[in-house]
Parts: sequence; C-alpha cells; structure tokens
Amino acid sequence: MQIGYFTERPYRWVPEEELFRNQAYFAVSNRFFDRQKGSDDYNYYLDENCYAEELGFDAVALNEHHGTPFCMGSVMNVEAAILARITSKVRIVLVGNPLPVIKHPLRMAEELAEIDLISRGRLVAGWVRGAGSEQFFNNANPAYNREMFNEAHDFIIQAWTKPGPWRYEGKHFRYRHVNPWALPFQKPYPPMWIPGVLSLETVKWCAEHRYPYVGLGTAIGPTCDLWDYYADEAQKLGYQAGPENFGYLIPTFLAETDERAQELGRGFVYGGGQNAFSRPEHTLPPGYNSKEAIRRLAKAPGGSWLGVSADKLRQGTEGRAGANNYDDVRQKLLGAYQKAQQGYQLIIGSPRTVLPKIKTLLEVLRPGIFITFAVQGPVSNKDRMTSMRLFAQEVMPALRDYAREIGLRDPLERTPGSVPIQADVSRIPVVERGPLAALGLR
Amino acid sequence: MQKWDEETVRTGGVDLVMVKGGSGKPLLIFHDELGYTGWMTWNERLAEERTLLIPLQPGFSKTPRLEWIQDYRDLGAFYARMLREMGLEGIDAMGFSAGGFIAAEMAAADPKIFRRMVLVAPMGIKPATGEILDFLSMTIRTHLRATVADPANTAEFAKIYGGEMTPEQFEAFEDARTETARLGWDPFMYSPSLPNRLEGIRVPTLLVRGQQDGVVPRGCVDAYKAVLAQAQIAEIAGVGHRPEIENAPEFVRLVKNFLSA
Repeated sequence: MQIGYFTERPYRWVPEEELFRNQAYFAVSNRFFDRQKGSDDYNYYLDENCYAEELGFDAVALNEHHGTPFCMGSVMNVEAAILARITSKVRIVLVGNPLPVIKHPLRMAEELAEIDLISRGRLVAGWVRGAGSEQFFNNANPAYNREMFNEAHDFIIQAWTKPGPWRYEGKHFRYRHVNPWALPFQKPYPPMWIPGVLSLETVKWCAEHRYPYVGLGTAIGPTCDLWDYYADEAQKLGYQAGPENFGYLIPTFLAETDERAQELGRGFVYGGGQNAFSRPEHTLPPGYNSKEAIRRLAKAPGGSWLGVSADKLRQGTEGRAGANNYDDVRQKLLGAYQKAQQGYQLIIGSPRTVLPKIKTLLEVLRPGIFITFAVQGPVSNKDRMTSMRLFAQEVMPALRDYAREIGLRDPLERTPGSVPIQADVSRIPVVERGPLAALGLR
Repeated sequence: MQKWDEETVRTGGVDLVMVKGGSGKPLLIFHDELGYTGWMTWNERLAEERTLLIPLQPGFSKTPRLEWIQDYRDLGAFYARMLREMGLEGIDAMGFSAGGFIAAEMAAADPKIFRRMVLVAPMGIKPATGEILDFLSMTIRTHLRATVADPANTAEFAKIYGGEMTPEQFEAFEDARTETARLGWDPFMYSPSLPNRLEGIRVPTLLVRGQQDGVVPRGCVDAYKAVLAQAQIAEIAGVGHRPEIENAPEFVRLVKNFLSA
C-alpha cells in the first residue's frame, strides 16, 4: 500500500466570522490576504512536504483551487515543480489538475513532462473536472466541463505518445503544431490516479482507462457501492479490480492525547469546513453535473465534499440560508464535527485511537493507496508537524504490516487492470462490508 | 378551455415542439432563457388577433438539444431554417430577453425575415452602460426573484413560480440554464459583432423595457437603438424584466399598437 500525505495548504488567517458572513470560503474578499503571511505559508507548506518525505510517507499529494483561502495551491504545478527538485524519494501525486478549467492541454503536457523529468520519474498525474466554483473563477463553461475533461485527457496522452509534429483539430482544442520537446521521464507517461467524490461517470471512466480511483473522504457505505460499480465495470472489460484500483483520502489529525487532538481537530470545521467550500450558487453551476448525477445527489445521504451535498442541492433551489448568530453556527458545527467522527469521515485522536479506526477503513475499503488529509483551520505549524510525526512513527508501521497481511497491493506493485477475469465467473469482492453494521454505518 | 396546442415541427434534424394558439396572422415568439412559462394573460390577449407560434428552444426539456448549435447566431440560423421550411418568412416576431437576442441575430442575418420585431428587454449586445445580471452564478430562486420588480405583488409570477419546486421543475430549470450556459457563457449573453451586423437594418423594431429591470440594463436597449435608428423605445414604469406579466394590459397595448401599424 502506498501511504500519502495531503494538505489543502489552508490560508489560516481569515477571521472565522468573515467566513461565516460570506457563508463560504470561496468568494471571501482577497483584502484579507496578508502577503507576508502568504509568503511564510507557501514556504512552510513546501517544508511540510519535505518533512513528510523525511518521516517516510511514500507520496505527497497536491491539489489546486482558485479564489479561496481553503486551499492556497492555486497553481499546483508550481509547487510540484519545486518539490520535484527539493525532494528525492517521495512520489509527487497531483489530485489533480483541473483540465477543463485550465483549458490548455498542450501546455499541461509540457508542464507535467518537465516536473516528471526534474523529479526523475516521481510524478503521478491526476485529473479532475474542477469544483463548481472553479468554473466561475476561470470563466470555464460548465456545460462543456465533461467534454473538455475527456478531450483534454485524450489529447495529453497523444501529446506524450505520438511522435510530432502533428496537427490537432478537436472540438474544444485546436493546435497547429503539436511537438512537445520534453517528454515525461516515465515511459510512456506517468501513472494517473483519479480523485473523485460522487460521479458514477468518473468511476466508469476510470474503470475504462484502468486508472485507480481515489475517493476523497466519501462516506463509507456509498464508497463501497462505488467500488463495486468500478469492479463490475472492470469485469465487463475483462479484468479483476483489486486494491491497486482504489485509493482513499481521509481527514486525519493526531495529537499526544485524545483531548488535545479533539481540541485542535476542530480546525476541520473552521468556518464551516468542507461543507462551506462554496455557496450553493457556486457549487453547482448549470450543466456541470449530468442529469443522472443531479438525481443521485438529490437522494444521497448526508455525505459531502467541497460543499457538494444533497442539502446544498436543496439550498440551490432556495437561495442563501442566511445566519447571523455565529455562536449558534459554531454549536452546529461542533455537532457536525462529532457526527463526522462517528461516521469515520474524520479520524481524530491519539495514535492509540486513530490506528484501529484506520485499520477498519482499510479492512472495509481495501485501498491500495491511503492518503491522510491534514487539519484545516488555524492550527500551528508545530501542531501540524506533531500530527504528522505521530502518524508516521506510531501508526504508519502498523498500517503497513496490516496492509501486507490483508493483501493491499498498490498500483506500483501490480498494474491496475492486469488481472484478467472471464465475464461469466463471480469476481473477487473488492470491499468487505462485514464491519459496517457493527459500526452503525449501514 | 385550453386555447393552445403543442405541435411538433420536423426541422433542422430535430422534432421541434411548438406551442400554437389563437387566430389571425402568425406572430413568432421566442421565450427567454428560463424557458416557456405557459399560457398567460398576455398570450390570451394577443391570441385574440394573432396566431401565436412559440417554439420551445432545443435543449429546453421538450425539444432535444442540437449539438451543432453552439451560440445564439447558430440558434438564429436554426430558426431561420424553420421559417423557410414553414414558408413563414416575413412574419412578425417578438423575443423576450435571450429570445430577443435570437430575433436580433435572425434579423442581422436576413433583414427581410421579419416584417416587424418586438424585442422585450433584449440581451445580445454588450450594454453601453451597466452589466447584464450574471444570473448563472446565482440560485434559481434568486434569479427568478430578480426578474420582476415586486415578486410578492405580481400575481402571475406566483402562478408561474410559486409553491414548492418539484423535481421535474428543478430539472426543467437545470436544462434551461445548462443550454443557456452552453450558448451564452462567454461572452456572457451577447455577441461582440452583433451591433456591426445589425447596423442599418431597416426592420421596424419596438424595444420594450421595464424601468426597474434588474436583469438587462437600460444600456442594452441604448446599444440596440444606437444601431437601429428606426427603433422605438417603450419603457414601462414600475415593472422589471417581465413587463408582459407585471403589467400585461400596458404591454399588450404597446405590442398591439406596434404590430397593427
């Protein structure tokens, strides 16, 4: 199993009241951006990723968002390029580049090839459609989001594999001279891991391309359903899916004691946390989701990621909910904080508390990739690093043993899609739902 | 008794759904970016003298989307083909909001396609001053409320949009907003070249605007007037973006007068 470290690189200095007032992270005015603090933070987060390498994580994962203090990585390839040079062992995992938002796949192919070359082959490319708010920020037409994603992806693969120069006349992209001089270090190109939240379309697409699908903190029950769906699709395509086809990223925070961890872990709901990523009108721009996805979302249970939830969808028809009493809001968030922990959507505590919980996640979901997502909110650098150290020293070794024991092979050990299966035999289960009932998780 | 029917017109590779009602000379009507609202008082009054033809835009639930239509100019070309195939060139036309954009595109491409045209709070030209409301970055309800000056006291607004939104309505709005995004996202609901293509065309034009329109600014009407010197501007006091439901009597009077001239 590959174990990765991920942080949103939160800008930690916006007063919580401003986030409440804006009812979201996205669209908070950049007048709250302090250049000195921003400069310190960008440097710190690079150091933090180096520390992850030093502690023995296999991978560091980066993402990007735009126009939000939720995540400072607005151009993740810049950070990836620096990490390519200043680290030496860790895989640099991008989860992922928002292709329809960047709208320039040839440039993307060049940037990633450079990063892979500088890192001497440590890049894992990943692609996303970009959150709803990203469509607004980048003026990317949401009605073409899926089309542009597919076309950009297919183009990049060609740009890396088909000797140039050649001409490209696509629907959304056109290039008269495709001949990127620098090609990726890894042949034929870097592995690709695809993060996702709720889109069956993305899961099917991953199965078709034999790419590992990384669930971003998705609720456990629906994640099992999603992975079964992947495995069923995989069987139709003639291969047996296994742990190498799946990854899971989960908010995790540790401290020396449970009490301390609980206190600081509240940073995950600072300003509303993930559910306050963007307001309804920015979360679901028109055409961004397929009709089927909209219908599924309307029926989905409480799970949420980056503000995408059934509740948010309902609010989308109603308008802004409005709240003026911030103490009440904080109280509600604390309730949500506890509930998320009961549902294994937040893993918080001392190493002794955290280890069995993560083992349960591994037992049920059987991922070949496991990535911790560091705390959000105004938690100090020191406390963040303590959490990393406790995880790496007191949890990670046992997780590695356990992963070996239950056969969690990662995509670098076994190529995803390399195990053939006939259509008419029963496939090997990809999840183990046994423990869910006892945990009250359906 | 229902005074209208839905017909299907095979045109441009699609079965176009057309609402048809009334009697007399035909009047082609383009609904707005939120879709056809149903048969209202203004339809009823105009249908006393005219046969209303209201095509339901491709991609808006009932008529399937056509992939080749990628902007309002394409959409205008589609409807022009429909008129050719129906033998209705030289018809009178009226367009609401984005529907006005469609009518203007058609007139720019073929100055003889309409005898007279009424553009109600039309989008399509970058406003000389102000901005077209970015209705795609707000919730459906917020957008709907912005379309009338006084939602609480506009009876037909409640008739169209009141009560709980059913899943079917939600999907219909999503369809409309998706197709509108597809065609008009960037530049947002205007064509940079439309003023140049429209300039000097002589088709008699009535520009109708609610004085409190919060969606399309006065600057759009001014921009149309700047290239269509013959156009008349009629402003209706006390109403917003939907004068046809906010003050139906005045709206109908203006339109009837103009079309009967």
